[in-house]
Amino acid sequence: MKHLYTWTAILLVTMASVVGDTLLSRAMKQVGDVHHLWRKVGVWAIVARVLANRNFILGIFAMAVAFFSLLFALSWGDVSLVSPAASSLTFIGTAFAAKIFLHEKVDRRRWIAALLVAAGVALLAG
Amino acid sequence: MTFRKYLVLAGVTVFSAAGDSMLSYGMKQTGNISLHHLGSVIVAVFNPWIAVGIVLLLAFFASYVNALSWADLTYVLPATSLGYVLLALIARFALHEHVSLLRWLGIVLISGGVSFVAGGPALTSHKHQEKSYTPESEATRVTGIAGSGDSYQGMPSGVPYPIAESAPLGADSSTDE
Repeated sequence: MKHLYTWTAILLVTMASVVGDTLLSRAMKQVGDVHHLWRKVGVWAIVARVLANRNFILGIFAMAVAFFSLLFALSWGDVSLVSPAASSLTFIGTAFAAKIFLHEKVDRRRWIAALLVAAGVALLAG
Repeated sequence: MTFRKYLVLAGVTVFSAAGDSMLSYGMKQTGNISLHHLGSVIVAVFNPWIAVGIVLLLAFFASYVNALSWADLTYVLPATSLGYVLLALIARFALHEHVSLLRWLGIVLISGGVSFVAGGPALTSHKHQEKSYTPESEATRVTGIAGSGDSYQGMPSGVPYPIAESAPLGADSSTDE
């Protein structure tokens, strides 16, 4: 029963963070280069523009789901399994999501990077 | 890539590492959170370590969102993983803890992965390609002006003549939308 809880939580954390990251990235591409906007319209106009973006709000919601399911998972499950598994899977899932939904050119260089980072995080995050 | 952009990526790394470690330290003090005692979440938030951790994670979030506005998701995300490397190095060299061979291997893998990504372009998505060029061209224009010996930065009150030379700086505003 405890394993079921733990793995459900890991999958939930992973999916929620992938969805959240993808939505946030799309939102910020719609807002535009912040450094460029900063000089043009000022910081508060940027904040207003970001908060008015629907993808940003949805992304924050997904991030909140990921954050709280991680908190629950950490208190239920084996810490040395939950956080490396969830963060490692997030790197792989995000590479797929970025290619499919954000149309980023995930070339061989970036696939290798995603796999290396995922493996490294799995070893380090425990 | 400007110096300020590297600074933002460094913020992503440092704030995520510091925030995560504060949060996990605080969670060890408050103990388990269960669905039957949701009030314990509120108690946890008032733990000072967790509170500082949340503030640091907000700073992480600000730099993360900032970076996402000018770089790919698959470019920014590896920067967050450097936080783990930072934590392991702090554990080894500041706290003099033992770092196992497997963790050193993890450091090598993450560093390798990040350097793979860092060697490539920051932004590749077609739709917004032109946006990445706008600040660059503006930057070269600004340095061009600075290089010509004109270090003039602002417009003091009481300037007797209109400053027509500064017009090209704002002229690229039409290319942004």
